[in-house]
Parts: sequence; structure tokens; C-alpha cells
Amino acid sequence: MAKLKMFMYKVFKWGLSVIGLTVSITGITGEVSVNLGSPLTESEISRVSITIFPNGHNLPKGQGSVKEGEKLYVELCSACHGESGTEGPSNRLTGSIGLFSFMDPLRIMRIQEVNGLLVMSTGQQWPYATSIFDFVRRAMPHYKPKSLTNNETYSLTAYILYLNDLVNKDAVIDRKNLPGVEMPAFKRYVRAWKNKSAADDFIPRP
Amino acid sequence: MKRSQMEYVAGGGLIDRRSLLVGGIAFLAASSIKPVAASVNEGVKRIGDDFPVWSRTLGRQGTTYGQPSIHEKHLKLKLQLPSAPENSGTTGWLTPLEKLHGIITPNGLHFGSHHFGIPDIDPDKHELLIHGLVEKPLKFTMERLLRYPMISKIRFIECAGNTAFNALSPLSHDGSCQDLHGLISCSEWVGIQASLLLNETGLGKKAKWVIVEGADGGSHSRSIPLSKLLDDAIIAFYQNGERLRAEQGYPMRLLLPGWEGNTSIKYVHRLEVVDAPAYTGHDSGVYTQHLSNGQIEGFSFYMDVKSVITHPSGKQILEEQGFYEITGLAWSGYGKISKVEVSADDGKTWAPAQLHGPIIEKALTRFSIPWHWDGKSTVLLSRATDAHGRMQPGRKEWKQRYASPTFNHYNAIQSWDISSNGEVENVYV
Ligand code: HEC
Repeated sequence: MAKLKMFMYKVFKWGLSVIGLTVSITGITGEVSVNLGSPLTESEISRVSITIFPNGHNLPKGQGSVKEGEKLYVELCSACHGESGTEGPSNRLTGSIGLFSFMDPLRIMRIQEVNGLLVMSTGQQWPYATSIFDFVRRAMPHYKPKSLTNNETYSLTAYILYLNDLVNKDAVIDRKNLPGVEMPAFKRYVRAWKNKSAADDFIPRP
Repeated sequence: MKRSQMEYVAGGGLIDRRSLLVGGIAFLAASSIKPVAASVNEGVKRIGDDFPVWSRTLGRQGTTYGQPSIHEKHLKLKLQLPSAPENSGTTGWLTPLEKLHGIITPNGLHFGSHHFGIPDIDPDKHELLIHGLVEKPLKFTMERLLRYPMISKIRFIECAGNTAFNALSPLSHDGSCQDLHGLISCSEWVGIQASLLLNETGLGKKAKWVIVEGADGGSHSRSIPLSKLLDDAIIAFYQNGERLRAEQGYPMRLLLPGWEGNTSIKYVHRLEVVDAPAYTGHDSGVYTQHLSNGQIEGFSFYMDVKSVITHPSGKQILEEQGFYEITGLAWSGYGKISKVEVSADDGKTWAPAQLHGPIIEKALTRFSIPWHWDGKSTVLLSRATDAHGRMQPGRKEWKQRYASPTFNHYNAIQSWDISSNGEVENVYV
């Protein structure tokens, strides 16, 4: 009896797929298609599509300089990240107090010296420079996220890179040259998550 | 049953977990029965005289939303580290594990880790968008989403940074179980299988990763392997029967069972299907670990097997020697818990604890073992193993893998020191 039911059910399911019925039955197969979504237009997508990728995909037009960035930084960022990007109280943006080994005699002192957010930094830990643009534009300044223009974001990104000795004082950053900035963490970054085809979704720096 | 007849299963006074089920433990019961004095004036007696005030008065009215007893006012979340005012939007709220029992965390006491504060989102203006490498980019209103078939799963969420004190601090920090382990909670989550919505868009051949984004101030986002979203991810609307609290992602959140809490994106509003990760801020910095070989490890999604004894635990005091039930929680981001062993003699001998059902994959599992404390100083430890044979490491072993200042993904065995005056304190053994 059970076998017959199963057979009937399979036929039924096969039938559905042949006629192309989208509404199937919940709870029996886990394969449900309800289709209550509405089409999303290109212009709706582009308004909210703010993610920047390591190869530069989705970086906007515009540019910004270290010089402009410095002015903005003092005005909008230094209160939380410190004058030189190292003092906090919010996350450190450049340098580090170093990795300390278990055997390090100064370890206890160094751990007690700073809060965890000030040990490592954006410049030491992030493998791609594009992520700085992405994060600053969506999330900073912390009390007023998404208030920066694209040009201001380029400038602030340039200034953070400058604080990390990754570009020089006259640098101007835009969507062409940002993906090419090599971060020190790039060579050290490894992925714990491995796909069967991990190699082809690892992004080489352009 | 005399004490000598009880079945001790390991050193330090651990009693066979089955002995309570069979005969009971008799040595306590004898002392707890008090004789009742007979009343003299039986005729004029009001029985109320012998009852407490709440048995002699009419109780108060109910309220429209139930509250904990006025005697449970101490039951509170605790702010992890009182941070600088500049960081006030970035906070961790710890669950008081040692004051709860069972495996479900009450909604008001679910831990919270917030990087961009807690938004109050209007559900009528909140939509879920799916686009990228799909045939049909789609958007879903809340009203439409709530019509979808829902599934229910009991699952834990643990912050990657749970138990950071033990990972970082060279000397063991004298904290409570809440202070040290409170960034884990467990709920019944009800929502839509994420695969259902993703499949409706017609996933492209190159689709491999999804950038998931929240609608909070910082638009929190993480790169998530598509395979996880198609496997057991849930777009959750209900937590323990009621709609999500704002702290937990109202009006909806992603739930990635067993993975670091930061990936269970709250206030989820956008899924961008892509072929490679974006290395978002949180893919890159805070949620990476420094390995002892100098590498930085990211995308370390799984929360590994772990356990903690909640009773007795840090900062508690055992008032007298005698019987106690040791109980605690075990979990693994890889699946079910298969075994928890407890030691009451500094880790010299171990005995299996009772696992209380239901034992659910990627959920908290309650364990217990009866214990007779002889009043001497000792150390209690618990060690969990999951169905894949993964067992908790010791602290030294864990530290060998990571460089300081790594504090994420700490899952080493917790040890509680019991002093001869009954004080319980966090120690490293
Ligand atoms: C009110 C305080 C405050 C201000 C002002 C502020 N930030 Fe931040 N910033 C934070 C906090 C807090 C975080 C951590 C957020 C998190 O947990 O994800 C942060 C994180 C960052 C990070 C990532 C750090 C890392 O390595 O994870 C960058 C980069 C950054 N801020 C840049 C800026 C820039 C540029 C400005 C000025 C436009 C700015 N911030 C202004 C508080 C502030």
C-alpha cells in the first residue's frame, strides 16, 4: 500500500513538473515554489547595490586625495579613531602593537596595556583595500553612516592607506587604482572555508 | 541506601548518572522533614493563621504582556565591557546562563552583539531583495513573506568572540559563567527555508557566494557560501513563538545554524548572488584569527564543539558539603552532541554525564551528573564530544594554534575551581 502511494505520488510529482506547475505541495518534498516575489528592476537594484568587490567591481566614478582625506579625517573621524589612527577608543586603523607569543615576557603587560580593538588594525588585517571604501561608505562615521559622498569616501580611503604607508602623500585614489593597492595582510590571509573548487573563487589582486 | 552503597563512578564524588533514576539518593532526605506542632484551640482556629500572606489575600490582575516574577529581578543581561561612549553602538550583551535551566533562552535574555546599534525597523517598509547572478531578480514584502510555508528549528547562536577572556587573559579572569560564556543562546526559530526563496530567482551557473546585508545603520554584511544558504539556512521571523525582538533582528534575520553568530545577519534585506566573496569589513578584520604560523584565517564559520558547567560555576558559593547536581550545556556547530564527560578531581578521572533530550543538532544540549561534595578543594571540568568525533581541546592545545591577540572561536575545556570554603572560580589547569 505504502509502495503504491509512493508510486502514485512520484507520478503526480512528475506530472506537475511536466505541466510546469509551480505550486507544489508543502511538507512532502521540501521542493516548494510559492512565487510571491515581485520583479526587481535594474534601477531599484542599482540604488541599493553598495557592495564593492576586491577586483574593483561596483566602485563608483569619482576620486579623492590624501590631502582632502586628511582634512575630512580630522573633522569627522579622529574623535573616535585617534589623531594618528592608533589611539582609539574605536578600532585602530593603522599599525599594531604586534603579535605576541606565549613565551613573550612582556605579553601580560602588552595585553593589559590596550583594549582588544587597538591591538591590530585595518591596515594590518584587511587583505583588500577595496573593503575600506566599502566599509567607510556604508558604516562611517559611526553616528551618521552613509552621509559621505563618493569623493569624500575616496579621500578618506586614500588617507587611511597613507597612514599605513601604502600610498604617498600626493596620491589620488579612484576606481582604477584602488584595487591595485597591495595590503600587507593579502599574503597572510587564508580561508578556513574551502569549496571543492576553492581555487576559482579566490580573487587574485588585479 | 547508605553512602557506601551508592555508585561512585569517578573521583571527587561523582555519582553514577543512573543512580538517581533507580533508587534515589537517600542520605539527604532524612533531614528535610520537620514535625508540625498541634494547635491548642482547634475550635476557633482560622486556617489562614498557618498560611503565608499570599495564601490569605486575593492576587493581583494579570497584565497584557507577562513579566518575570518580582523576585527574579536579578535575572538580567549584562553588558560585556562598559565601552567608551564613542563605541556605545558596538556592544555585547551576555546571557545569564547560570541562572537559567533547560536549553531554551528566554527572548528577553538572548545574548546580543551589536556593531551598529539596534534599529527599530518599520515592517511595512522593509523588503527582502535577491539579485545578482540570478535569472529573475526578486523583491518580497513582509506581508508576502509571511504567507510562505514555514519551518521550525531549535538552534543555538554563539558569537565568535564568546569566552574571549579565557582566550586572551594570561591569568584566569575571576568571572561568572555569564561573564565568560554568555555570548551563546538557543531558541526555536521559525521562518522560511532560504533555499526556497533563492531557488525562485533561478540561480545562475556561476553562483557560489551570496553577500548578505542587513538594514541596520552600518548595513552589516558578510560573504556567505551559497551551499550553506541552500543547505539549512532560515530567514527567521519568529523566536520562541513571538516575532523577533528588535535586538534579534526584527522584522527578520538570517539564521545560519552552527556558524559564527555574526553571519546570522539581523535585519536582513538584501542577498546579492555572486561568484566570489566581497571581503566585507567583517569578513576581513574583526572576524578573523591570527594563527601561530603568522597567517590570518578568515571565513572560519563553524563554531566548534564546546561545553560549560553552569551549576556550579564562577562566582557561586556552595554553602555546605553534600549533594549537588552538576549540570551544564554542550553544543557543536557541526551537529549533535554525542557525549559529555565530567571530572570532579582536576581532570584525573572522568565519568559520562546524562544527556537530557531532546538532543538536537546545532542546538544546546543539557547534561547533568549527581555529585557529592566532600568539602575539599577540587576542580570541576566538562568535556564534550560531538557526533563527528570532535572533542574539546585543552586550553594549552587551543593556544598553540593561535597567536595572541586572537580571541575568536575559543572552545577549550572550562575548569571551575571549588575552594574548601565553597567558592567557585574560573581557573586554567
Ligand atoms: C562615533 C565614533 C566614530 C566615528 C566618528 C568614526 N568611527 Fe570608524 N568606527 C567606529 C567604531 C565603533 C567602529 C567599529 C564598528 C564595528 O564594530 O564594526 C569603527 C570602525 C571603522 C573602520 C573599520 C575598523 C576595522 O579594522 O575593523 C574604519 C576603516 C573606520 N571606522 C573608518 C572611519 C572613518 C574614515 C571615519 C570618519 C569618516 C570614522 N571611522 C568615524 C567609531 C567611529
